[in-house]
Amino acid sequence: MSDRRTLQIKQISAHPGPIPGEGVQRDLEVCKLVDTTTCIGCKACEVACVEWNDMPFTPTTFDNTYQTMPETAWSFWNLIKFNEHQREDGTIQWLMRKDQCMHCADPGCLRACPADGAIVQYSNGIVDFNQENCIGCEFCVSGCPFNIPKFNPTTKKVYKCTLCSDRVGQGLEPACIKACPTGCLKFGSKDDMKFIAEERAQQLREHFGYANAGVYDPASIGGTHVIYVLHDATRPELYGGLPKDPQIPWSYTVWKWLAKPVLGTLALFGLLGVCLHYVTVGPRKSQPEPPPRKER
Amino acid sequence: MGTAVDRFDDKARGLFDRIGTNDVYQGELLRHRPYTRFLHWMVALFFFLALFSGFGIYLPWLFRWFTPIFGGGALARSMHPWFGVGFCFFFGLQVLNWLEPMLWSKADTEWIRGLKNHVLKPEKLEPTETGFFNAGQKVQFWEITIGSVVFLITGIILWIGAGTFGRITVAVSYVLHDISALVMLFGIFIHMYLSTFGQPGTFHSMTRGSVAESWAWTFHPSWYKQVTGRDPRQAHEEARRQMETGRR
Repeated sequence: MSDRRTLQIKQISAHPGPIPGEGVQRDLEVCKLVDTTTCIGCKACEVACVEWNDMPFTPTTFDNTYQTMPETAWSFWNLIKFNEHQREDGTIQWLMRKDQCMHCADPGCLRACPADGAIVQYSNGIVDFNQENCIGCEFCVSGCPFNIPKFNPTTKKVYKCTLCSDRVGQGLEPACIKACPTGCLKFGSKDDMKFIAEERAQQLREHFGYANAGVYDPASIGGTHVIYVLHDATRPELYGGLPKDPQIPWSYTVWKWLAKPVLGTLALFGLLGVCLHYVTVGPRKSQPEPPPRKER
Repeated sequence: MGTAVDRFDDKARGLFDRIGTNDVYQGELLRHRPYTRFLHWMVALFFFLALFSGFGIYLPWLFRWFTPIFGGGALARSMHPWFGVGFCFFFGLQVLNWLEPMLWSKADTEWIRGLKNHVLKPEKLEPTETGFFNAGQKVQFWEITIGSVVFLITGIILWIGAGTFGRITVAVSYVLHDISALVMLFGIFIHMYLSTFGQPGTFHSMTRGSVAESWAWTFHPSWYKQVTGRDPRQAHEEARRQMETGRR
């Protein structure tokens, strides 16, 4: 056997049966660390992403800032969000955040998805879309707290960052990590990245005057496999719509796993009911009907 | 209702009467005119197109064998809203067409109170107050009307998406849309049963327009009286006597 490994599956969207090969081998949880304090906004990660994933040109907009487009697109999975934040003393802080799929431990997209096998979560934490099973219903868009899945109207499927699952499966780092010139992007096991991130946050608090510096790894969705070091972890909204307390709509869980099968069965009772009515009570006929045949 | 609606309905009914024909033989009555029949079957067509394409979105792992009919899951999903628009359009016309006979009356409340007798121990003859539609039909009609409004509002929200309406609105709409579909599906089984096997002779009223007189005095006595001027119970009694003498 070579050192070639395949990614093991942990969760499959809307899958009724067991997960094939679940738990056969142990996998490290991977993690991408984005240190927003050392990002210089060079967009090398954007280019590397488009290059590696072989994506077509995505039209840009010009609004007098560095922001080339307002949000990620189906063909543009990795976008640096530039935010000018005015501090209380009137000085400007330029916040840059690399926006991409967060690869949540409890993915809202996967919970919302009704299509069997369209979204999978690997045991290393990567959440990946399988376009061949996608039906383009866009429920994942409403399931995602980070506004990441994007619909392609031509193929009628939804696309997003794969955390380069094709590279990671071969023991390589994601393309964006490879391209980053400042070392603001790191890739490794979740434990290691968390350790480095906390250390960096502590450094920022103690030596750089960022009293609120911290790590963004929201517990409300079980943590993410992309984590940020922020200058001000108490106000993640400053970084271009990063939710402080990301939530998955409760209706998806209740509806999909409880009410959907139960109510669907109840609707079928209509069919069962009329069949039983016909064979027991019997039909109503126009009157008068001829009398029943006499027994001889 | 406003006169503009009345005029529109009259015009549409007249147009379809000029084009369409009815098969009404001796001993039969005209029940549904061509315009009504046309609307009914257009509603039915779009209902089932929307239903079957919707199954593929509702539970793909169970109903993925439906989606190839529409060219695959993604295409079924993208056509589903258009089927829904067709359904709402034609049912909207049907609402205008049927608004008057579908209005609720006191006799309908009585009918619902005696539902058990109608369903479990078939009374041979309907109560004499039962008009063109009985209370059960009216309940279903208004259920579909309300359901269509729910479909339309939540459907547009799901169609345009979370980008405009927000994630929570979409998540709630999705549940309401499904519940509306399931209630309607439940009702449609009963509707199809009662119009075919459950009450023989009913189906023809929606294909060629007519029903037997005996059908009319049995199931819709008040309507029978209205169109023939004869007393439904008396007509039934006469027919019964005739049948007995004929046999002797």
